[in-house]
Amino acid sequence: MSRPLLDVRDLRVTFDTEGGAVHAVNGVSYTLNEGETLGVVGESGSGKSVHVLAMLGLIPRPPGRIDGGQVLFRGRDLLALPERALRRVRGGEIGFVFQDPMSSLNPGMTVAAQIAEPLRIHLGLDRRAARARARELLDLVRIPNAAARLDQYPHEFSGGQRQRVMIAIGLACRPKLLIADEATTALDVTVQAEIIALVQELKRELGMAIIWITHDLGVVAGISDTVQVMYAGRILERGPVDDIFRDPRNAYTLGLLRSLPDLSGGRAGRRRLQQIDGSPPDMRRPPPGDPFAPRNAYATARCWAEMPPLVQAEGAAPGHLVAAWYDLPARLAEERAR
Amino acid sequence: MSTGTPLTESAGVAAPAGNLAILQEPGSLAAFWRRLAARRSALIGLAIVVALVATAALADLVAPYDPTATDWGAVRAAPSLAHPFGGDEVGRDVLSRIIYGARASLGAGLVSVGLAVALGLPIGLVAGYAGGWIDAAIMRLTDALLAIPFLILAIALAAFLGPSLTNAMLAIGLSATSTFVRLTRAQVRAVAAEEFVEAARSVGNPPWRIALVHILPNIVPAILVQATLTIAAAIIAEASLSFLGLGQQPPEPSWGAMLNVAKNFMDQAPWMAIWPGLSIFLAVLAFNLLGDGLRDALDPRQRT
Amino acid sequence: MLRFLAHRLALAVPTLVLASMIIFALQQLLPGDVATALTGEERDPEVIAFIREKYHLDQPLPVRYAYWAGGVLQGDLGVSVRLQKPVAELVLEKLPVTLELACLAMLVALAIGVPMGILSAVRRGTWLDAAANGVALWGLSVPNFWLGILLILLFSVHLGWLPASGYVPPGEGLIDNLKAMAMPAFVLGNAIAAVMMRHTRAAMLGVLGSDYVRTARAKGVSPLRLVLRHALPNAAIPIITLGALEFGQLLSGAVLTEQVFSVPGFGKLMVDAVFNRDFATVQGVVICTAATYIALNLAADVLSAVVNPKLRRA
Repeated sequence: MSRPLLDVRDLRVTFDTEGGAVHAVNGVSYTLNEGETLGVVGESGSGKSVHVLAMLGLIPRPPGRIDGGQVLFRGRDLLALPERALRRVRGGEIGFVFQDPMSSLNPGMTVAAQIAEPLRIHLGLDRRAARARARELLDLVRIPNAAARLDQYPHEFSGGQRQRVMIAIGLACRPKLLIADEATTALDVTVQAEIIALVQELKRELGMAIIWITHDLGVVAGISDTVQVMYAGRILERGPVDDIFRDPRNAYTLGLLRSLPDLSGGRAGRRRLQQIDGSPPDMRRPPPGDPFAPRNAYATARCWAEMPPLVQAEGAAPGHLVAAWYDLPARLAEERAR
Repeated sequence: MSTGTPLTESAGVAAPAGNLAILQEPGSLAAFWRRLAARRSALIGLAIVVALVATAALADLVAPYDPTATDWGAVRAAPSLAHPFGGDEVGRDVLSRIIYGARASLGAGLVSVGLAVALGLPIGLVAGYAGGWIDAAIMRLTDALLAIPFLILAIALAAFLGPSLTNAMLAIGLSATSTFVRLTRAQVRAVAAEEFVEAARSVGNPPWRIALVHILPNIVPAILVQATLTIAAAIIAEASLSFLGLGQQPPEPSWGAMLNVAKNFMDQAPWMAIWPGLSIFLAVLAFNLLGDGLRDALDPRQRT
Repeated sequence: MLRFLAHRLALAVPTLVLASMIIFALQQLLPGDVATALTGEERDPEVIAFIREKYHLDQPLPVRYAYWAGGVLQGDLGVSVRLQKPVAELVLEKLPVTLELACLAMLVALAIGVPMGILSAVRRGTWLDAAANGVALWGLSVPNFWLGILLILLFSVHLGWLPASGYVPPGEGLIDNLKAMAMPAFVLGNAIAAVMMRHTRAAMLGVLGSDYVRTARAKGVSPLRLVLRHALPNAAIPIITLGALEFGQLLSGAVLTEQVFSVPGFGKLMVDAVFNRDFATVQGVVICTAATYIALNLAADVLSAVVNPKLRRA
């Protein structure tokens, strides 16, 4: 098999606050292949956003710091790169699309100037060429009448259009990897669907790999090849999207699935929506064992004491990894039997 | 806030308050003192303030000489064992005058700001709580007062009232009042929109009770911070007025008035200028440090 | 933009009118007979009669105000009994001097405060930040008349580099003019520099922590371009607005600075008038100060509208 595009090894990130060190990412490891779409799911504070920001040196330091790990992107360790070299990766080989396009675009710069910026920095285009390319990119993200809108400011665009502009910026230099951080969270449902459809289309056209970060498992289902569930700065489960949805092995994944309204109208559709009780652990004092144990009805004594490793789930599809001491399918079967 | 961005992303699955919320309980008095105590500069400020207040209060015991007693042998005398800070133009002991001068400076700072709060707080409370035309009228009036720069208003007031320390305090206090009216009003409006005030209203509390029992305690911290910083400004203002001859009248000692005389003897007796100036600087610095520390301790989110 | 301007203007006018009423009402604070007080040390019954007539002192206060305000609107600020000159003439004579001092001081404040604020925001939490904050605290706490005295002690008395006092109009020699203004401008600018540093730092921290600056960093923008192209223009609006408010502080400070360095400006005019019990002049200077301050605030609003595209198009 070819070398993966991205190889994250034991990444650890901490934020120093007045109340103590907050351990935001606690040893995250995974690989991403060329052209693969990875959906990263978790709630606030799960480390899903922080870990990608940290990869590219985008967390504020201080208070943030990277405590360890490697992030190999096309064979180079991003964490070991000097800032200057890392800048060449950011916006060039790796494009970013952020949440909330209202605040993520500079209110004082025209859209053309903002799209042209990475083109001029990474591709060395002159003003005129960059502008022409910016126009093409606005076309690409389906903004009508692109030429007339180049010199407008972000506040003159609608929310969905601003998100399209963000995507144009992320794609400007034809990145090998596009990272979308809650890219549709701030949008209403129909616009959200449009944006997802656009990204899928662009992926077919351009063939880049995507890391799609979201708290919404429903969005992940529509877009990803692989799903990765994060909690308290760790990966609890990871695998092919169908397998995860059909055969979840971690109680947290199951909880997320059960809190999802099922629109297919199948057997599960009649089930009541469930919420996961409790709240995430205090990350200043992470528990010694499985961080989800306190909220987990299936937790065993071992869960409280010792963190389970992320290993291939028995009987599941290859590449379906889980971190759990308990055997979820067996426990569910017991429940049904009762 | 910059540091919080990656940790407080929007709505999660169960939308928990986030781990940082624990650090931001603004209501807790114990947490407030802890945060204040953690700021060394604020403690230094507090220590200097306490030392200055003690000096002013115990001036009779601490000062080596009568601050107005002249000694022809000590006219513009350089600092010595007998007169550690030297002598002034008529042979008074500079150290004793500095010590007694603390009374004028601190007194002016505290009295004028006390006056400004005593006037500004009720007016601001009324404006913020009553709203409507009363509020509009009060706001226009403070707008107009704020259009006249603080010290210029104080000088004009002092000029018309006549030069004396009491009038200087009055002038400074009146000039600072509009700041407290504005602050109180803004705070009241912010607090009045909170749910617990709504709740208090819904169970039939009369307006005055809501204002005094439910709103006032919540705006005290902000007023305290502003008052501390305004004392710093008031001390400079008193020194300025006295420097111009509009404050403390000779021969009573005041740091500003001492500087006024000292500037005529700069080449022969520089110590006459150095000590009073240093005292003003120290007093103002102390209140600024304390005020900054209080503000940071009260609102850790604004702290950067 | 025009609507925005009209709105601002409509707010400024009543403020100025009200301020003028307050300033006029100040004379009610004078102890004893107003006419006698207004004439100061002059005891000539003829002068007192003239003053009584001039200020319509037999009339009730609102009527007197109307006369006075009517005069002010026509550029008549009254007559200085002491100097035997119209107050308006005195003000116009002294205004350029204070304006030069204020502008030079603002230049000093911006030149020191803004770069210091940017640096301390960009290097937040480092020794550089701590040092900049220390300098700002010094600037806020040192009384400017004392700083003036110390500078005179050093540069005039000991080194003899700069004149201790006096003023040379720029027309009679620009170099001499600047030499005379150097210390006053620095002293006056010092305190404002501290305030500008704090404003700049706060504004820059806000902007540097914003999502769009993170976007720019994710594009691979260099740190220099990040600060100059992305952060500073967006931080400029609060810096401009708050900076304009500091002009009031500048005018306050000018009174003392001019006194220390014997600069014959607005502030010196006011202080001299206070001592000569020349109350018409005091009132004239204060109303001009208030008018200047209100005008500057208006200018700041317009300026920030020009800088901010959102406001501009609204």
